[in-house]
Amino acid sequence: MTVLLRHLAIGLGATVALASTWTGAVSAADDTIQLGAAVSITGKYSTNGKNTKDGYDLAVKVINDKGGLKVGDKAYKLEVVYYDDESTPARAAQLTERLISQDGVDFMLGPYGSGLTVAVAPITEKFKVPMVEANGAARELFTQGYQYIFAVLSTSDYYLRDAIKLAAEQAEAAGKDPSELSVAIAIENDPFSLDVRDGVIEDAEKYGMQVVIDDKLPPELNDMSATLTKVKALKPDVLVVSAHEKGGPLAIRQMQEMRVDVPMLALTHCDSAKLAEQMGEAAEYALCASQWDASLSYEDEYFGSAADYAKLFEETYDYAPPYQAAESSAGVLVYADALQRAGSLEPEAVRDALAATDMMTFYGPVDFDETGKNTKKPMVLYQIQDGQYKVVAPTQWASTKLVHPMPTWEEREGS
Amino acid sequence: MSNLQILFQAPVFSLQLLVDGILVGALFALVAYGMALIWGVMGIINVAQGELVMLGGYVTLMLYHAGWSPFLGIPAAAIVLYLVGWALYRTVIWRIVDRDLFISLLATFGLSILIQQLANQAFGANVETARSGLGTISLLGGDLTVSEIKLVAFVAAFVVAGALMAFLRYSRLGQAIRATAQNARAARVLGVDTQRVYATTFALNAAICGAAGALVAMTWIVHPYLGLTYTVRSFMIVVVAGLGNLVGVIVAGLGLGAAETFAGFILGAEAQAAFVFSLLVAILVLRSLLLHRQRKVLR
Repeated sequence: MTVLLRHLAIGLGATVALASTWTGAVSAADDTIQLGAAVSITGKYSTNGKNTKDGYDLAVKVINDKGGLKVGDKAYKLEVVYYDDESTPARAAQLTERLISQDGVDFMLGPYGSGLTVAVAPITEKFKVPMVEANGAARELFTQGYQYIFAVLSTSDYYLRDAIKLAAEQAEAAGKDPSELSVAIAIENDPFSLDVRDGVIEDAEKYGMQVVIDDKLPPELNDMSATLTKVKALKPDVLVVSAHEKGGPLAIRQMQEMRVDVPMLALTHCDSAKLAEQMGEAAEYALCASQWDASLSYEDEYFGSAADYAKLFEETYDYAPPYQAAESSAGVLVYADALQRAGSLEPEAVRDALAATDMMTFYGPVDFDETGKNTKKPMVLYQIQDGQYKVVAPTQWASTKLVHPMPTWEEREGS
Repeated sequence: MSNLQILFQAPVFSLQLLVDGILVGALFALVAYGMALIWGVMGIINVAQGELVMLGGYVTLMLYHAGWSPFLGIPAAAIVLYLVGWALYRTVIWRIVDRDLFISLLATFGLSILIQQLANQAFGANVETARSGLGTISLLGGDLTVSEIKLVAFVAAFVVAGALMAFLRYSRLGQAIRATAQNARAARVLGVDTQRVYATTFALNAAICGAAGALVAMTWIVHPYLGLTYTVRSFMIVVVAGLGNLVGVIVAGLGLGAAETFAGFILGAEAQAAFVFSLLVAILVLRSLLLHRQRKVLR
């Protein structure tokens, strides 16, 4: 066994060596500010990792093309030093430590996903290096008293709170008491989805709704028929499913097959799972939480409007930007703003400047509370209508009217 | 235990769970039969079994995206995976056939990681699915639904298993495979090209997994990391059923599918995976107890 372990250790060493040659020699010219990031290039988050990296890269490119940053009296260019964290938390933590202590990076950008960000945060905290993260929405990141982490996105408990609110509004409009509604929850058993669940349960309790199903799906989720049979038996008014990219396609496919009818189906990660494209008509009327949408009317000096950002992104990378990319770009903008206001490259000064951030970006307003989360930006809720993601909530941004209740499968196929 | 009450109050849902479970179980049984085959013939526990299923799913998706019917994916995936299996044998597996079980576990575990990552590179980590275009059969006033594609998968699993059984029993090569399984050395002495037998067996197993993968793509979802589910389930089924026992594999497969679905309903989805693994542990303990008893008798 020890021989085996030694071989493993040698193997790991070789991989690290390879990874570092891939990044290239890290020697910063003195007019460059380096941002460090461990993102998932391989492994199960590789799609989202690429979105994250593309988002960072696009913002860096735009800032540099506009002449870079003026910190104090000197002009600087930005540069991101990347490592591949292979979608594993341990690796992300290890690489972050390497970026800070060996590569001498003073400013960190976050990895993709809550799980990895949770692993990385203690490291940046230990070295007192500020980290602006754009893809870790877990609530626990902001309950630990961390001082150096700043998140531009809404925390995950906010993802589907609006769905509950929407259901309550619809019930009131129909002359019913929201407390008569029942809610079914089926979420993956991971930090992100558990937060989504907490948010839904808190708001459901606020309205006096009853949570009739509370299933936690295993990470290797391949089949939801047991949970859906329960939904069929208990007939809840709202079904909430959150299991990253797997949840939406699986829930919809099996609901169609099993003829499970609910008045409202609320999901996460629909756009990154290409739900409307993949599932066709079966995906109609599903509600999806999103951090951002290109149709929103936010603007900033670097990218212009949200729609301009989407256009530039698509021209550069040949795909429409999912919100994961947009929030990553916003993270870099926040850094740029804070560095210029700090007027210094001291991590402490930059941290204080970050904490004082109050700015508008194409992604939405950014204003951190004392725990480092962005409290100003609302979540967006889509409904899939005619194969398009239409914004239906919050009501002041809504471009489209919600279809409620969802037609039953019989009604849909009869027409 | 309110979930249990539902089952008593509305027995139709028990029926629904049973039907769903058995239909899922047929696919598990198919993959397990492939595993039992190479375990029995070559003495290899293939940890990359689920990855072969995943590859079969992607072959189907490729056809589907090119505008073909996903049903063509069943034979196409079987053929492509046959070749993949052959290539895997010629590059890796032949080196580990007569070696320690530990070596074969390590080697196939390595293969599984390699295939996962290559698939991730080639196809991306996106979750994909092929729409078969089949509908749903509603029974008992819509309370019991059976999706037609699951039914197709169920029948296909039996057809493939039956074809395989006939092949092993009646064809020349099938007889050679059985001879090699019984005593490789004796088979070699009698002129059986055991290397070819091994290669064919491994390729056949890959083809079975490929066909199963095609069915998975049409029934559920495909992503590069779905392999483990099938590897663990098929390992369990083979442990329960024993090697060279096709009927046992099918019964164990269907039983596992049903047990798992009921556990998911009654205990909640979070306990579904835990239930499967606890069952595995319980079966292993039980097996070893039974084996001990046998040895005592022999002594």
